[in-house]
Amino acid sequence: MISFEMSEEIRDQKEYAEKVSREKIRPYARHYDEHEHEVPWDFVNFIWDEARHHIGCLLPGSMELEEPFMSQVHSVEALSWGDQGFYLAIPWPALGGTAVRATGTEEQIERFLKRFQGEEVTWASMALTEAHCGSDSAAIRTRAVRDGDSWVLNGEKLFVSTARESMINSKGIMIVWATIDPAAGRKGMRLFVVEAGTPGLKITRQEKKLGMRASDTAVVVLEDCRVPLENMLSSTGDPQKAKSFKGAMATFDSARPTAAASGVGIARATLDFLKERLAENGIPLRYDRPRNQLSAIERDIVDMEAQLEAAWLLVLKAAWLVDRKKPNTVESSMSKLKAGDIVTKITQKGVELMGTLGYSRELLLEKWMRDGKVIDLFEGTGQINRLIVARRILGYTGRELK
Amino acid sequence: MYSFEPTDDQKIIVDEARKLAEREFRSRMRENDEKEEPAPEWSEEGWKLGLLPASIPEEYGGFGEHSFLTWVLAAEELARGDLSAALVLAAPNLVAVPVLLCGTEEQKKEILPAFCSDRYRAASAALLEPRFNFDPADLKTKAVQKGGDYVLSGAKCNVPLADEAGEILVYASLDGKTQAFLVPKNAPGVAVKKRERNMGMKAFPLYSVALEECVVPSANRLGGENGCDFRLLLDASKVGLSAMALGVARASYEYARDYAKERKAFGEAIAQRQSIAFTLAEMATDLEAARMMVWKAAWLLDRGLDATRESFLAANFTGDMAVTVADRAVQILGGYGFIREFPVELWLRNARGFAVMEGITIV
Ligand SMILES: Cc1cc2nc3c(=O)[nH]c(=O)nc-3n(C[C@H](O)[C@H](O)[C@H](O)COP(=O)(O)OP(=O)(O)OC[C@H]3O[C@@H](n4cnc5c(N)ncnc54)[C@H](O)[C@@H]3O)c2cc1C
Repeated sequence: MISFEMSEEIRDQKEYAEKVSREKIRPYARHYDEHEHEVPWDFVNFIWDEARHHIGCLLPGSMELEEPFMSQVHSVEALSWGDQGFYLAIPWPALGGTAVRATGTEEQIERFLKRFQGEEVTWASMALTEAHCGSDSAAIRTRAVRDGDSWVLNGEKLFVSTARESMINSKGIMIVWATIDPAAGRKGMRLFVVEAGTPGLKITRQEKKLGMRASDTAVVVLEDCRVPLENMLSSTGDPQKAKSFKGAMATFDSARPTAAASGVGIARATLDFLKERLAENGIPLRYDRPRNQLSAIERDIVDMEAQLEAAWLLVLKAAWLVDRKKPNTVESSMSKLKAGDIVTKITQKGVELMGTLGYSRELLLEKWMRDGKVIDLFEGTGQINRLIVARRILGYTGRELK
Repeated sequence: MYSFEPTDDQKIIVDEARKLAEREFRSRMRENDEKEEPAPEWSEEGWKLGLLPASIPEEYGGFGEHSFLTWVLAAEELARGDLSAALVLAAPNLVAVPVLLCGTEEQKKEILPAFCSDRYRAASAALLEPRFNFDPADLKTKAVQKGGDYVLSGAKCNVPLADEAGEILVYASLDGKTQAFLVPKNAPGVAVKKRERNMGMKAFPLYSVALEECVVPSANRLGGENGCDFRLLLDASKVGLSAMALGVARASYEYARDYAKERKAFGEAIAQRQSIAFTLAEMATDLEAARMMVWKAAWLLDRGLDATRESFLAANFTGDMAVTVADRAVQILGGYGFIREFPVELWLRNARGFAVMEGITIV
């Protein structure tokens, strides 16, 4: 039976995340935007010591959640409302953890993820993108060569979120994508776990970004970086049959609605702000008038609201499928491409509607516009997600629709 | 808990509605659009689905419960077959559903059984008025209480099936508030005027109707002395129209998608070019999003919750979406999109109507 009823469990999670967002994130958002590369330690420690015991996704397995993924998108949306960079700076297993769980053995899951239950703040990161390839992830060149009882990694990774946090500021893990056979394309790709302190892994640069500055993004160089054989993720235990690419790509089916939820959070921040300002100025929003009789600003706002609602409902649909372990590749990409579109448009419009106030760094509107853009870029650009949807609805292979 | 899965019963209804709409609606869509008349099969065969009697409780002659969700699921399929046909088939709802939602016990007992027989019975509602700044909350048609009667005066337009319908639910302003009155078609002072000539929905007969000192007994006011919750009816009408907009958009999308896989240019199917493929991906995405919005508004209505915001947003979004999707379908067909041998121009004309029509259907 179709229902839009939020369960009590999700409501609790969401309300808690909203409180964190209001009290521990939003008031500090501007500071970390203007002090790029500073770590928001107070927030990080608060999350580690306290908040993650209330927000299920931040400490997987800590709560018996009925709908863990649905709960995750609600929490992420609420946290991103406060500041998206803060959300990405949270110490938790994140996407890397998902990849470990999706492609690792029981032993590997235990060995790499146990640290997230411990005393010390720990981050995870995921290194796929390289200088010459981002969207075309099967073209990576980072090499893994077997040498006795270790794998030796060589290559350079770009845009690695929380690289510094996982490798320098904590005893975390980085999931590195590399190829064991460059001629084999996707079939040669494997995922390796590099633990903090492993010699040969260096962070050579921290990017300076348009927005999302509370989250660090770094260049990582691997120079004869040696990891034990057992650090190659392989649920079968056999390096030849690791099925890494497929397994890891499947993690995107949950990563994309999460990124989309984050975009919805930023867009909602903008819209909430605009609506408050209009209300303060005695400008009503009328939902019961014909559209051709609304004022221009009213019409802009209701259009934004409809777009926001559209994106959010797509996120819910995709998340609902994840929790039921049903295929959701199309829905997941739909949610992501829609969220990328609407957060870009809504935040840009927000700046426009508030005039010079919108453009001013005294308010957060201009920041949301800078932050929001990344939603259409990472976890598959808007175009890549269109490509994924298009191939599915048309029944085309990658060769038929390039 | 959230769920995006219709019940088994709903799935059966959707399936039947789809088959019927393909068989009886789509097959006659073009011919009847050109003739500007509905096909008799639309109401005769369509009525066999039993959607309306299944929405009316036993005590009033039916055999079920009304559900907006079930109706929006069915309406999408019906309108995907053909919008005019879907509107014809749903026209009895224009009286039956407001009575069901807002009628007094006597009104329900008197009116509803007539909609539970095995024969289609046309009904109508008159909300729209012929002016660009029409506002349902500020009608120029007035109702004035006079003794035990109400006197209605004003001009209405786009009144569905006015010529055929036994009664028209006339919306009028009573002391500044929009209220509804059941007006038998043969009541003195009701004049069905010309057939409207619209851009689309051409096989759905719409008329202008004049009310000149039309007297109806006070018992004919919907909801009796206390009147009706007009906002609820307007929300319900928006949700119904939105569901039909989904159907029109889906028809356009599916046709363009299939066409794009067949049509070759520069040595390959046009769908193999990203410009076309991405357009289709966006159409599919917005369709899915719109569907969720319509479902949500319908779900709220079923729960008896305030759906004004959600139905407004759904109507806004689907109204725009339907035009955009239909327009893009025309574009994907190229020159053929402009030719009446192909259906997409018809869908574009139909889709444009959603933004301007209100109250011509209710589910
Ligand atoms: C703040 C930030 C954080 C990030 N974090 C991480 C991280 O933690 N780990 C990680 O591995 N990566 C990360 N990324 C990288 C991100 O995933 C890539 O930037 C993204 O995948 C796009 O790759 P690219 O930048 O190389 O662009 P390109 O692939 O070069 O694309 C350039 C343009 O071409 C378009 N394009 C490419 N291929 C096609 C095609 N087939 N059809 C149509 N259009 C196409 C793209 O959509 C884009 O518009 C991050 C990026 C940013 C900005």
